[in-house]
Amino acid sequence: MSSVKTDQYQHHDYYSIDDLLSEDHKLARDAVRNWVKKEVSPIIEDYSNRAECPYHLFKGLAEIGAFGPSIPAEYGGGGMDEMAYGIIMTELERGDSGIRSMASVQGSLVMYPIFKFGSEEQKRKYLPKLGSGEFIGCFGLTEPDHGSNPAGMITNIKEDGDSYILNGAKMWITNSPVADIAVVWAKDEQGIIRGLVVEKGMPGFTAPEIHGKWSLRASITGELVFQDVRVPKSNVLPNVQGLKGPLSCLSKARYGIAWGAIGAALDCYDSALRYSKERIQFGKPLGQFQLTQKKLAEMITEITKAQLLAWRLGSLANQGLATPAQISMAKRNNVAMALEVAREARQIHGGMGITNEYPIMRHMMNLETVLTYEGTHDIHLLITGMDITGLNAFS
Amino acid sequence: MNILVCISKTPDTTAKISFKNDSKEFNSDGVQFILNPYDEWYALVRAIEIKEQVGGNVVALNVGGSDTEAIIRKALAIGADEAVRINAEPTDSMFTAFQIAEYAKSKGFDLILLGKETIDYNGSELGAMLAEYLDLPYVSYASSLTIDGSKATVQRDIEGGVEISELNVPCVISAAKGLAEQRIPNMKGIMMAKSKPLTVVEPEGFDSKIQTIGFTVPPAKSSIKMVDPNDMDELVRLLSEEAKVL
Ligand SMILES: Cc1cc2nc3c(=O)[nH]c(=O)nc-3n(C[C@H](O)[C@H](O)[C@H](O)COP(=O)(O)OP(=O)(O)OC[C@H]3O[C@@H](n4cnc5c(N)ncnc54)[C@H](O)[C@@H]3O)c2cc1C
Repeated sequence: MSSVKTDQYQHHDYYSIDDLLSEDHKLARDAVRNWVKKEVSPIIEDYSNRAECPYHLFKGLAEIGAFGPSIPAEYGGGGMDEMAYGIIMTELERGDSGIRSMASVQGSLVMYPIFKFGSEEQKRKYLPKLGSGEFIGCFGLTEPDHGSNPAGMITNIKEDGDSYILNGAKMWITNSPVADIAVVWAKDEQGIIRGLVVEKGMPGFTAPEIHGKWSLRASITGELVFQDVRVPKSNVLPNVQGLKGPLSCLSKARYGIAWGAIGAALDCYDSALRYSKERIQFGKPLGQFQLTQKKLAEMITEITKAQLLAWRLGSLANQGLATPAQISMAKRNNVAMALEVAREARQIHGGMGITNEYPIMRHMMNLETVLTYEGTHDIHLLITGMDITGLNAFS
Repeated sequence: MNILVCISKTPDTTAKISFKNDSKEFNSDGVQFILNPYDEWYALVRAIEIKEQVGGNVVALNVGGSDTEAIIRKALAIGADEAVRINAEPTDSMFTAFQIAEYAKSKGFDLILLGKETIDYNGSELGAMLAEYLDLPYVSYASSLTIDGSKATVQRDIEGGVEISELNVPCVISAAKGLAEQRIPNMKGIMMAKSKPLTVVEPEGFDSKIQTIGFTVPPAKSSIKMVDPNDMDELVRLLSEEAKVL
């Protein structure tokens, strides 16, 4: 079926949350929304259909400033606040979760750890190139046998003169087959988790692609395989040790996902609302039937609640007060909300809802990944559970 | 090259249009305003492109109240170097042209660009009035503009062809589709806009010569009537009795 349609998306702000945003936030939002309408919407169904990554968008994402918007400008970021970062993620994911993932990984999982834990030399060397899209980065934490339990990782480094010898494998790594650098988490000889920057072309390092994904099809995913890779000591991130390194990156990215998922939900709602006014059955538009209204009304109610949660989280993050547990709650709630909205929107579209004439199935399939990566739905529940009871139910 | 770009706000194209104050005034309650597309996409972007080519300074000017600062900031985010707001409601074109001319006359602008019209009132009057006040040459509806030294070459689309004219700067040119390609501001631009100067100047006295009597909205579009192709009599009857066009 033909999939090139004009993106008719309209703004939905049921609780006037715009009034709580600054002019800069709204400018950023409109800019990214325009960019998505121009660059993403016309091509995304096609790329998704063919399970191909629109690499050319890396440059565009960089130009618009979607990589590390809250990293200071002198290091190649946008110098904006956390609220702006969230708003940008909503707009990108309104286009596609895979496009948002490109930006999340580059900004929050690659630029952020280098900015936060890297040496001045590492920052100068990598950040401007990552910010401009000249370099693509990836983040290697998950392993084939260690997903929800990254502390059990077996990827390791052993000291050898002024280098480390890296061995192990990472799995499910967004962007890995095309990445110029990988931020890799590995255990040293004392069993302490360290972060290091591994560069493409280092002997013994390969990044095969993972095929057959029914989700996030416009985003490329792969493995990272290390066989006696010699990594100079100067590539180790000096300022962090232990699991808090990768977890602080994940907090950043999860924060972005809590906002991003709202975008996918909004796009499904927007499409369903329009369709319900256009599609006539039994002589009436679908939107006039109570059951359809119930679906639409509940969608916008849940979206509005998620927007308020994200806004409050953004305010806390701007003050440096958002806790990882608060971020977990928002990620879990908002992604599940988006998936639920996608499912309801799919029903409103009837048979058309399963085609690529409408964005619904693509969002729905994407959201299955979003529900799982960056901490699964259940793991985030356990984080909230542990936070409120003080008792650990993980192991 | 010292370039002035006149920018205006207009209601978003999806805004619901209504009037207040005895139908003499546009009702802006709940209306979302945007930077007029002809100003933004064409006049402003072409000004920035020319500046990037030959150097210089781009000033974005708006006649309006403090509520227009959002659109001014957008112009700065796209790439204008500084902005001026003349603190007055732009009640009619002549008033607005007069205010802009008063400001511009002593500033030595080489080029004054503005959109061919705003998409709300569609007056297309401002450019000509401004040129008249400033006693400068004027070309309207430019779809291409190149600058070579002090010579401006302007192309405008006319019925069945194009018209190309040459004139010397300083001059006034109104921008039509094709003059440039829309630029989406990036995050860096948005952040830089914050530190660019925005000067507010008070208006000069002017007795408006135009009085608004009232506005009315066009009649709602009626639904389509299908006529059987074999029933031409019915078509003729509808055209003469209902549409009253025969
Ligand atoms: C498309 C895609 C892109 C990804 N990109 C990246 C990336 O760039 N970098 C990266 O490092 N990783 C990435 N991941 C990996 C992702 O973060 C992991 O898939 C995720 O953390 C879950 O790990 P797992 O798949 O091994 O599942 P498992 O950990 O095996 O979990 C399976 C199920 O068991 C549940 N479970 C596990 N432990 C418990 C427990 N204690 N109590 C109750 N339930 C439990 C989980 O909730 C889940 O439902 C990506 C994944 C996908 C699908």
